Amino acid sequence: MGSGGAGSITTGSLLLEAAGQVGWYGLLTRSVGPQIRGGEALAMVRLAPTPVTGHGDRYDVLVALDWHNASRFIAEVPLDDKSLILADANGGDPPPAILATGAHLVTLPFTDLADELPGARPNLLALGMLSELLGISMDSTTQAVIRTLSDKGLSAAHATDALAAGGQLTTTFPHTQRLAPPKPRDTGRYWLITGNQAAALGALRGGVRFAAVYPITPATDLSEWMAPRLQKLGGQLIQAEDEIASMNMVLGASFGGIPSMTITSGPGLALMTETLGLAVAAEVPAVVVNVMRGGPSTGIPTKSEQSDLNIALYGLHGDAPHLVLASQSVADCLTTTQWAVQLSEALQCPAIVLSDQFMGQALTICERPAPLPDAPPRRIASAGSDRYDRYALTEDGISPMAIPGTLGRQHTADGLEHNAHGTPSSGAADHLAQLNKRCTKLEQYDYGDAWAEIDGEGETVVLTWGSTAAAVLEAATQARASGLAVKVIALRLLSPTQPDKMALAMRGARRALVVEQSHSAQFHHFLRAYYPLPDQVEVISRPGPLPIRPGEVLNLLLHGNQS
Amino acid sequence: MNLVINTLDELLAHAHELEREAVERYEDLAGQMEVHNQPELAELFHKMAAIEQQHVVKVESLAGSQPRPLAPWDYQWQTPESPESVPVGQGHYRMNPHQALTLVLACEERAEAFFAELAESTSDPAVREMAVQFAAEEKQHAELLKEWLARYPEPKADWWQDLDDPIAQE
Amino acid sequence: MNKAEPLIARYSHKDYKSAVKPIWCPGCGHFGVESSLFRALAYLELPPEQVAVVSGIGCSSRIPAYTQCYGFHGVHGRAPAVATGLKLARPELTVIVTSGDGDAFSIGGNHFIHACRRNVDMTLLVMDNEVYGMTKGQPSPTTPADWDSKIAPGGTGVNPFAPLAVALASGANFIARGFSGDPNGVARLLVEAIQHPGFSFVQVLSPCVTYRPEEKFWKKMVHSSSVEPTHDPAVAGHRLLSDDGFTTGVFYIGNRPTYTATVGTSDNDLSAIEEELAI
Ligand SMILES: Cc1ncc(C[n+]2csc(CCOP(=O)(O)OP(=O)(O)O)c2C)c(N)n1
Ligand code: SF4
Repeated sequence: MGSGGAGSITTGSLLLEAAGQVGWYGLLTRSVGPQIRGGEALAMVRLAPTPVTGHGDRYDVLVALDWHNASRFIAEVPLDDKSLILADANGGDPPPAILATGAHLVTLPFTDLADELPGARPNLLALGMLSELLGISMDSTTQAVIRTLSDKGLSAAHATDALAAGGQLTTTFPHTQRLAPPKPRDTGRYWLITGNQAAALGALRGGVRFAAVYPITPATDLSEWMAPRLQKLGGQLIQAEDEIASMNMVLGASFGGIPSMTITSGPGLALMTETLGLAVAAEVPAVVVNVMRGGPSTGIPTKSEQSDLNIALYGLHGDAPHLVLASQSVADCLTTTQWAVQLSEALQCPAIVLSDQFMGQALTICERPAPLPDAPPRRIASAGSDRYDRYALTEDGISPMAIPGTLGRQHTADGLEHNAHGTPSSGAADHLAQLNKRCTKLEQYDYGDAWAEIDGEGETVVLTWGSTAAAVLEAATQARASGLAVKVIALRLLSPTQPDKMALAMRGARRALVVEQSHSAQFHHFLRAYYPLPDQVEVISRPGPLPIRPGEVLNLLLHGNQS
Repeated sequence: MNLVINTLDELLAHAHELEREAVERYEDLAGQMEVHNQPELAELFHKMAAIEQQHVVKVESLAGSQPRPLAPWDYQWQTPESPESVPVGQGHYRMNPHQALTLVLACEERAEAFFAELAESTSDPAVREMAVQFAAEEKQHAELLKEWLARYPEPKADWWQDLDDPIAQE
Repeated sequence: MNKAEPLIARYSHKDYKSAVKPIWCPGCGHFGVESSLFRALAYLELPPEQVAVVSGIGCSSRIPAYTQCYGFHGVHGRAPAVATGLKLARPELTVIVTSGDGDAFSIGGNHFIHACRRNVDMTLLVMDNEVYGMTKGQPSPTTPADWDSKIAPGGTGVNPFAPLAVALASGANFIARGFSGDPNGVARLLVEAIQHPGFSFVQVLSPCVTYRPEEKFWKKMVHSSSVEPTHDPAVAGHRLLSDDGFTTGVFYIGNRPTYTATVGTSDNDLSAIEEELAI
């Protein structure tokens, strides 16, 4: 951590990149003050020889370039008496709460040394020191630094010197433990990627070639990453005047036959809901990636929460069945977003993908996600001169959609209730028929196994969704090690609900734990409304911004609510 | 604007568009009356449209083919639209046949006036002859319409009154 | 207006009219606008399947289903955004937005401004009756301040806004006003607007006979512009701000570059993008 431009987030991502080069898996998330520049910033990095999707219960090492405003972060950096704090000697006094953790404090001359070395900065020294501690070869670290910082005027020689000097610092304190390097892996199979980038890539893989967006944290970096890459593929991303416009532009482009999406966060999703109702009624495919942040209102824009579940599920006016999906990890942002595009196109229905700040902005080293199998594309009406009913009542509820330009298939896509032909109608029979159609097409579709990730077997079932799944899976592994049979069901498809599949998955369950990051237990209430739960139900429903950690889930698993 | 039509082609193009637009507008009015539950008036306007359609056909046979249309704004109408069309903004959902026929009669009279004026202003004898003939036909229609009109009572003073408020939609 | 004249017209009014009958009050100005639109499309010989008519909500916004073109009848005020997406996705289509003064200037005011500014090649046709017809006669942004209504007894006390001047200031590339009682005049404006590259705005004064019966007298008040259209926004601005609101004709023809960020094709696949992420 550090402030005033100390570069702690850069330090963290360089460390992760270097670690990735030598074979570690890892994850970096960040926490920042409210300042635009120069604020206090914290990069949290977790490395492991196996895939990492969330943070653990504690940190081994805290590097403090300074302590300005550090108390802001105390709750986010659980330390204990086995933790090591490496702090700059000129960085001020650590907050008492940090000292109270019992962590071992070492002060080091980062700034003094940096002053002596040309081109050096305290954060580079800290990076060199961390590389040494973690057994990451200086070579990989140097390469990562040069790749990232050479355009900021740092010479290779200076970087090497600074990192080496930082490495030398480890000899000055009595911390002998070094990590053994992980097993080498074949290169090329791994990515360094954020959830927002993964979602963009998933959309591109799914065939999205038009996006209209309005900037909003923490979704903007998705749009910014996507814009130039979409252009490379012949597509376009344009910045609309607001989220209402972006959603409407998406419908326009999709009506034109181009798979299209928008990207937003809670307040923007709220503005889009009227138009999402239109997409349902007019049966126009469209994907909304909603990167959740703390709400309501402007809330906590830079931090994560799972509190847009209700608006995603129930926020549309009228009876408006639509798709709601949730990514479960950084890598899964790709898979889920691509699947959402496929479903939206096949079902001619809008899809909301819920991601969150935690996944969206987390940088990870992960395995390249396997491509999804191809899905049936949008059903298109070809030219003809016979009668064309745009909203024909077909067996599976999906009716071929004519794309403008197709001869003899002109029709009006309409948000007014209509008959099968598309002519506005307020008749009870037409309304019922079209409501049924729009409902049926979602219900009859075969979503396969992807509706949920199911892990383990046992009478104790943990139900969760979104990024919280990481902590739950880790807790389940630990619980199994303690002899408790635990099954985890992490839902990916939230709407339409899958009662039969859930019944099968829940067979034999005697105890359910619900784990979610929302104050009002939105997920728990959703489960109660749609799925039968066993008599014994325990719930962790905490709001953001603090992530749910494996330890608290494990505690509940092993000791129940009384602890 | 002075009427200057000195070729038969031009005259036929005007006559064709005049009749064609009349059909278009009568069909529109028929549709409006259907939507507003005035079947008798809908029938009347459909009938007018059918009559004018015969004229379209007649002009086409005179011309030997469908005359090449001009740009809509290049026709030399002395009225905003072609004279035989009921002007935009006319018509009411509570009008009675007398009022409808009055609108129709005005169309025929405007058409007659148009051709009569054309006959007077043209320098071409063939054009004059045909224009005179067209004017005579329109006059004949007008006379017929006057007879029809006499059969229908004039509307009551409060014909437009609707005890219900208009309905808000959407 | 140059066009190669075919021997017979390829399309007529009928080719653009659908079987759906308008729900408008007989006498409504919107009927005239509908005729103008069909005449303009027929003149331009645009195949109906290559034209998309996009609208929001209101009596005026009902037009798409009355056409034989592709139509999109969306939500209130947002049609310019839908049309933007559609045109960028399918640049070869002719895209026309049909709207009302409430739809375009009130709830859709933001989109109106930004559509003018973005200058995507499309035509916005606003049927301005200075009232909300569809919802029973409430004042709109172009209603005079003292117009008495149920919702604003004695008038709103708020000055009407000048849509053409706003369009000019926002960057529209073609600005014109017509009157629905002159369908051929409006057809001509529409032809020019559709042909002119970039964002074209045509306001059509279109009386609401039900809630503003006094607007029947507009036919006596409109007068056609006595001057040629200008390419100079300063001159156009002066004219528009000193105008009585009843002058019809083309006020401004601009030459700003059209927004061209359209969707196309590419030989690139995702491999290069995925390679960037490799570690
Ligand atoms: C979001 C939303 N708010 C309000 C309405 C109600 N509404 C429907 S049409 C309309 C006004 C339309 O006025 P205008 O655009 O002037 O069209 P006109 O009916 O006069 O042609 C309103 C307020 C709506 N349909 N949607
Ligand atoms: S209410 Fe007014 S705007 Fe609507 S259809 Fe009737 S006359 Fe036209």
